[in-house]
Amino acid sequence: MSGETSTVKRTLITPFNVITGMIVLVGLMITVLRFTKGLGAATNLSDYHPWGIWIGFDLLVGVALAAGGYVTSAAVYIFGMKRYHFAVRPAVLTGFLGYLFVVVALHYDLGRPWRLPYPFIMGWGTTSLLFEVGLCVALYLTVLFLEFSPAPLEWLGFKKTRNLAVRLTMVLTILGVVLSTLHQSSLGALFLIAPSKLHPLWYSPYLPVFFFVSSIIAGLSMVMFEGMLSHHAFHEKMDETHLTESDSLTIGFGKAASLVLAGYFTIKIIGVAAGNHWDLLTTPYGIWFLVEIIGFVALPCFLYAVGVRDKNVKWIRYTAAWTVLGIVINRLNISVIAFNWHLPAADRYVPHWMEIGISVFIVTLIILFYRFIVTRMPILYEHPDYQGGGH
Amino acid sequence: MGISRRKFLGWMGAAGMAATVGKSAAASSTGQFTGFPDSKAVLHDITRCIGCRSCEDSCNKVNALPGPDQPFSDLTVLEENRRTTSKSFTVVNQYSNTSKPEKPVFRKIQCNHCLEPACASVCFVRAFTKTPVGPVTYDPDVCVGCRYCMIACPFDIPTYEYDEPLTPRIMKCTMCAPRIEEGKLPGCVSVCPTEALTFGSRKDLIKMARERILNYPDRYVDHIYGENEMGGTSWLYLSGVPFHEIGMREDLGIKPAPELTSGALGIVPMVVGLWPVLLTGIYGMTKRKEKIASNEKAAAVSDTLKRANSEAAKKLAAAIEKERLDKEKALEAAEKRKEKAIREALEKAAAKKEEDAADSPEPDNKKVHTTDDTMRSEEDS
Repeated sequence: MSGETSTVKRTLITPFNVITGMIVLVGLMITVLRFTKGLGAATNLSDYHPWGIWIGFDLLVGVALAAGGYVTSAAVYIFGMKRYHFAVRPAVLTGFLGYLFVVVALHYDLGRPWRLPYPFIMGWGTTSLLFEVGLCVALYLTVLFLEFSPAPLEWLGFKKTRNLAVRLTMVLTILGVVLSTLHQSSLGALFLIAPSKLHPLWYSPYLPVFFFVSSIIAGLSMVMFEGMLSHHAFHEKMDETHLTESDSLTIGFGKAASLVLAGYFTIKIIGVAAGNHWDLLTTPYGIWFLVEIIGFVALPCFLYAVGVRDKNVKWIRYTAAWTVLGIVINRLNISVIAFNWHLPAADRYVPHWMEIGISVFIVTLIILFYRFIVTRMPILYEHPDYQGGGH
Repeated sequence: MGISRRKFLGWMGAAGMAATVGKSAAASSTGQFTGFPDSKAVLHDITRCIGCRSCEDSCNKVNALPGPDQPFSDLTVLEENRRTTSKSFTVVNQYSNTSKPEKPVFRKIQCNHCLEPACASVCFVRAFTKTPVGPVTYDPDVCVGCRYCMIACPFDIPTYEYDEPLTPRIMKCTMCAPRIEEGKLPGCVSVCPTEALTFGSRKDLIKMARERILNYPDRYVDHIYGENEMGGTSWLYLSGVPFHEIGMREDLGIKPAPELTSGALGIVPMVVGLWPVLLTGIYGMTKRKEKIASNEKAAAVSDTLKRANSEAAKKLAAAIEKERLDKEKALEAAEKRKEKAIREALEKAAAKKEEDAADSPEPDNKKVHTTDDTMRSEEDS
């Protein structure tokens, strides 16, 4: 009798459930407050700082870290790295959930979220980079949905529709890369309009290129980092290929990440040189810039290389986590920390705890959805009916 | 009191005599947009401003904005550094005068109504319009509330109704576009007691400003702020102190805002056009490489097989040959052995014959026959 109750308790009141439950509860409370009292009640946004972490983290970081989808499917289907085929589904799922929740989070930040389709209905503001971002994200979310659809269709047993979706793979992959190139870079280009507000070390005419190249790094690192988390949480869900090949994937992606980081480091230095801002490197903002460039670009580039040389999978995965943190810092630097750097401290923005609360809430929802899906659908293993089916 | 149109036109007549800006110079310019013809503007002569806040008061009433926290007659607010808010489209700030500390400087802040506005260029629903008359207007009916205009504005002008949960709007000076349409002056201009604000055609106001600088070189800094800043604005400023000392940015450059993003926007169609070609090309190359690799593999396998087969045949032939040789050798050996045996037997027989001949010759014949029989049987086997 007492044994039974304790098993029931163990299955429901796990630390994971308690913590996520509390986060979701708080998130819902803030949601109610935000939509009944306005942005002013839940955020520290101001007329000087109209964009806070709901843009800086939820949108900019969210989109960058969801780049694993296009990076992995391009590697496998376009560049022919068929060995990594097993990694496409989890990467596409993360990409899909990432973009889906970017759009969800955007509803919190927009003044009138129900008007989100207005740019395409009311006024084609084609001179705005935000229009381009909106159009590409909307289209890419559709592409990701279609790319992801074989998994639920296999789960539900819709064979014909599933085969139709699989036949679209190549077209969707190419579309995905085109759209990702465009909106990843355009998120950086959003800030081209404000050279007088963004610190010169971060402002550069190359911002779109920086954002695109760093999105590749983010995508590669996120796939490796996620692999690490999945191996802890969903080990029993993985099939033989997933378990045996993931080490070679980590080494392969680690090599690629090291290479792209080296290129990214080079173009960031070229950015400083092009603006001739060397003198600013000794200022407090300059030192913070160096922390980003050396600590989160050059260092992981080197660490990845060492890990690949030693074939040290664990080392590479920790480096991936560090690199992901670097992407977070970079996007927050551009949107929040180095933005309006010239203003006195009193006019600067520090996020309200409720803003952080919503960001944590959104991340938690992504994890919950991911968990729900991988424990049910053929994501980390091949469905027995469709083995060797090519998707 | 502000100026009436008639009075203004009178001034313009006088100004027109002195100002001689060649028409051909403008016509032969590089195609830079210098504003709609005859668009309206306001000249703010900062040296004339006394910080009375009448303009703030008038703006508040004309735009039916909520009442201020402190009455407009309260001049102590001038001591703080204020900016536009969703409840005040214009504010007057006080700045210390470095050259004449006893005479502080007052500057009015409001939307500058750029000729090529950053807010309009970044709005993805085109909620902002630069009207041919001059004002930059805003349409709340299409606004989504993304606040990108606030990020983009180099003058920190647009503000937002953060406390409005359902219908938040961007709030900013409209240059009193509805009043201008009615033939009235903007609210602030109409009440200015020192004529620090002058409303009129932008071209005429620039001439007027030049003239003031020319006539009173000691009173003014030799610069019309807004003539070229960010591609030019419809609010122009004259000042007695350097503009950066009164909170006006002098590092904005003369490029209109849309030029900052035109390059990035221009690359978009190129990516759309070329990326699929590039990616399909890479895909094709990968496929081809795979095909060549698999062909090569197949060829290598068949080659190896062939070689293995021929080697096996060779080995077989060699084995057969060896077998044959061995057999021959064996036969030879047998022949040799036979010959040897015969020889030995003959020798033996001969020796015995000699011996027998010496002893008794009769049984000797029989013995020879026996030997012959043995030999015959040996041959048969």
